[in-house]
Amino acid sequence: MSYFSMSKILLKNLFHGPYTTLYPIKKKESFGRTRGRIEIEIDSCIFCGLCQRRCPTGAIKVDKANTKWSIERFQCIQCNYCSEVCPKKCLTMENQYTSPAHEKVRDERIKCTNIQSPNT
Amino acid sequence: MGKRTVIPFGPQHPVLPEPIHLDLVLVDETVESAIPRIGYIHRGLEKLVEKKDFQQYTYVAERICGICSFMHGMGYCMAVESIFEADIPERAKFLRTIWAELSRLHSHLLWLGLMADAFGFESLFMQSWKLRELILDIFEETTGGRVIFSVCDIGGVRRDIDGATLNKIVNILTDMEKELREISHVFFNDHSVKLRTQGVGVLSKQAAFDLGAVGPMARASGIKLDMRCRGYAAYDRIKFKPIVETEGDSFARISVRIKELFQAISIIKQCVALIPEGDIKMKITGNPSGEHFTRLEQPRGEVVYYAKANGTKYLDRLRVRTPTFANVPALLETLKGCALADVPILILTIDPCISCTER
Repeated sequence: MSYFSMSKILLKNLFHGPYTTLYPIKKKESFGRTRGRIEIEIDSCIFCGLCQRRCPTGAIKVDKANTKWSIERFQCIQCNYCSEVCPKKCLTMENQYTSPAHEKVRDERIKCTNIQSPNT
Repeated sequence: MGKRTVIPFGPQHPVLPEPIHLDLVLVDETVESAIPRIGYIHRGLEKLVEKKDFQQYTYVAERICGICSFMHGMGYCMAVESIFEADIPERAKFLRTIWAELSRLHSHLLWLGLMADAFGFESLFMQSWKLRELILDIFEETTGGRVIFSVCDIGGVRRDIDGATLNKIVNILTDMEKELREISHVFFNDHSVKLRTQGVGVLSKQAAFDLGAVGPMARASGIKLDMRCRGYAAYDRIKFKPIVETEGDSFARISVRIKELFQAISIIKQCVALIPEGDIKMKITGNPSGEHFTRLEQPRGEVVYYAKANGTKYLDRLRVRTPTFANVPALLETLKGCALADVPILILTIDPCISCTER
């Protein structure tokens, strides 16, 4: 039975300095696999709607008629399932998390199909 | 005979990480009996199996609990794979074992911190959680999530760990083991820790058996009960023995969990040495039909998964029996005759996870 068993650890900590990261000054680097937020490369999307059907929380909506893809950011659970099933591999998982917000706004992406090329 | 008083304990109490309510019947300062009440965070996750298809439900199963999330996902996948009679690739089995043991490390370190906090040893609490942070970083690097991994899938795992990362994990754990020995020295030898835990809340072997205690609670009372001995995942190729103590008091429960930390590190090292090359996932097509019942060892004890499928993509029934639910009768037994000041410590010694219990 000992009375000062913690002393060695405490002394070590005293000379080591803080173990935490001083956040706004020094930011923690994310890892390559960190699941932050889903992004879409809308030009490759074929609007098959597979991501909408597979999403466990129903965060994704695909509107084929208006070529619109949208996601409710705060409903998404970053499971990466949509990105796995996407046949064109146009959905990717970014490392950065969604920023906090006061309101829930659907993040929409619209594919422009009727714009004429400037060369024609 | 002193005056009898009934005091409500919880659902909101500084020592409780999650809501459970106990009506404590006191005679002076001694607890005569305790009446539990649960149901504050019921989310209806078992019913959800009828709304989400069996592939989607993997993500729901992981969210039954925030601490043993990987093992819930693993238990669900094992039950569905057994219905399909699928034998998943060897590499996937080893990867599952590695993540499961890392989860055990993270869960036990979290619990040791909470326990130290419960008996007022703040610096020990911080030290335990400092080590836990290293494990969370390993999770983020290998799976992409710090708490919810989303790597377990029906038919294997979604992500591989390459050889260099596996060696890095072993190096981190080897360094961590030294610091862990320093912390465990405090838990095993410190005067104040012993004063608060030794001889407090004794559960005899017979009582633990009769009340159906599981996990470290049963092992601290001398019952050699460890589901890993069944040899699921890669445990049949790993050398380990269940850690058993005989005293049955709070100190024995701390001791079992600390020894399990070292055991988990040893299991991970063995897995890294034995892991074969190959696929990590097998293709499973069609819908499940039939039923299966599986058991596995979570950090808190034995969890039971029962799944019944009807040939469609939605399961008929999913039943989960979680370790905390099994340990509540044993908790009530240990509370009898204890001092009021020891109630928080005794509640913590079962490592309560109320989210699991109520689902």
